[in-house]
Amino acid sequence: MSFPWAKPYEPTHPLMKWMDEKLPIPRLVYNATGPGYPVPRNLNYFWNFGVLAGAALMIQIITGIVLAMHYAANASVAFNSVEHIMRDVNAGWFIRYAHMNGASMFFIVVYLHIFRGLYYGSYKAPREMVWLLGVVIFLLMMATAFMGYVLPWGQMSFWGAQVITGFFSAIPIVGEPVREWLLGGFVPDNATLNRFFSLHYLLPFVILGVIILHIWALHIPGSSNPTGIEVKDEQDTVPFHPYYTAKDGFGVGIFLLIFVALTFFSPNALGHADNYIPANSLSTPAHIVPEWYFLPFYAILKAFTFNFLWIDAKLWGVIAMFGSIALLFFLPWLDSSPIKSSNYRPLYRIFFWILVVDVLLLGWCGMQPAEQPWVILSQLGAIYYFAHFLVILPIVSRIERPLPMPNSITEAVLAKHATDTASASATA
Amino acid sequence: MASESELNAGIEDGVRRRDFINIAAVSFAGVGSVAVVLPLLNQMNPSADVLALSTTEIDISAIQPGQAIKTSWRKQPVFVRNLVAKEIAEAKAVPLGDLRDPETIDQRTKPGKENWLITLGVCTHLGCVPLGAAEGENKGDFGGYFCPCHGSHYDTAARIRKGPAPKNLVVPPYEFNSDTVVTIG
Repeated sequence: MSFPWAKPYEPTHPLMKWMDEKLPIPRLVYNATGPGYPVPRNLNYFWNFGVLAGAALMIQIITGIVLAMHYAANASVAFNSVEHIMRDVNAGWFIRYAHMNGASMFFIVVYLHIFRGLYYGSYKAPREMVWLLGVVIFLLMMATAFMGYVLPWGQMSFWGAQVITGFFSAIPIVGEPVREWLLGGFVPDNATLNRFFSLHYLLPFVILGVIILHIWALHIPGSSNPTGIEVKDEQDTVPFHPYYTAKDGFGVGIFLLIFVALTFFSPNALGHADNYIPANSLSTPAHIVPEWYFLPFYAILKAFTFNFLWIDAKLWGVIAMFGSIALLFFLPWLDSSPIKSSNYRPLYRIFFWILVVDVLLLGWCGMQPAEQPWVILSQLGAIYYFAHFLVILPIVSRIERPLPMPNSITEAVLAKHATDTASASATA
Repeated sequence: MASESELNAGIEDGVRRRDFINIAAVSFAGVGSVAVVLPLLNQMNPSADVLALSTTEIDISAIQPGQAIKTSWRKQPVFVRNLVAKEIAEAKAVPLGDLRDPETIDQRTKPGKENWLITLGVCTHLGCVPLGAAEGENKGDFGGYFCPCHGSHYDTAARIRKGPAPKNLVVPPYEFNSDTVVTIG
């Protein structure tokens, strides 16, 4: 679906006409990312991050397929095969560092994409399905990244696998059998490594499939925009191509610049030195932490150090950690305010920034050992995280008095243009 | 196309031949799918070579009182600790009601060998190897083991006392072959 003023696809070349009758892929592209897809004219750079996430996924798939040509998924040789890639394979160090840091870049852009959605209310009607599919993609990404981290079979790989599969042993009665089923043994071993490699290769393509659904669901109402006002007529939009292909292209350039800087100048900055020690099932590294992108959730897991009601601390930690993500599925219905953009929500905007600080604080606590004051800070951070979604958001969306809204995207854009020129002439 | 009346001809109970075939076919396909899914799920369980019950023999003669060693059974770490009288007394002094997972030291050791504490070195929280078996390692607030991953403290009978772990360190099945040799498994 698109707006009625969308430019129709009219092939002129006989070959393109022939193609259009047989397999209308050019028509699909034209109507999805070409001149045939009108987009709000006022998107800012925060709307780049979807395309950037797609670029990051493609980098991961390409570098990953190449790495799989040299990697051996066997517990006795996996570590050495990664060192073989690093030292002997032509440009192997580059491809592996690109894949390692590509994962971090993927999470950075996805977190910015998610917080963009939180700030501008992109999860609200009519785009709930876009949000729900996004949360599914996020979960798949986490599973994929975790299993990928196990493959080098270093100390962090091994103990990460041990701890994360340990989450399942918290489930009453069936927990331990489920864990053994996942591992194919009593500790992570060859069976675990093989299945993780198989799934790590599969899941990115599942992610790709869900991304197609995510974009499909997005293209029914069309993109949201910084004002949160829906498109009313043609002057509110510009065609995707060339306007946003150019704007996204610029963003991809900046993204690649940061990505190569990280890959070439500090490729191990976001990793852990312990993972260059081969896996040893008899010795846990002194300080085990997950990759940075899991730290806030890890802090929530660690926040539960006491039994509460009839549920033990371990199960509470696991429930809270999964709950902190599952909560996002309910977000479109927890926030009942019809105003999407935080630009017009003075109260919500404050709590949005507190949430950002809270997640950063949880991330910091996740890195620290299980000692005071980090435990109490994790507990407060975790309480606030849940309170934001379950208490603050429903109340704020009821009592808040929004700021006056412009009537249309165009009015907002022209008003901004008028103030900009006025201030420009005043300074001149 | 047969008309409605033709299809319903000769039916007294309201069930047509076609309904029966439909239900039978779908049921058969359903049973077949389950029959295929089961082996596909079961292949992920520990395989026969992993399950093959390995037993490990340990010589404990060199472990002095107050010392502990770390060995492995089924690829899992095992702690063998030679408790001193003070540690046994400490463990006995704790009222059972204070324990998260109440067990006496007698239940966790063999009769007459209560100085030999043999447990898995796998934290019951999320499976890290606790510290405290080797010389100079942090033994936690209760003089037993301490898991650095998420801060679980175990006492001198390797019972959980503080932190997120729900259970005591597991005592594996084992037998004394002689005073100095133990078979685990």
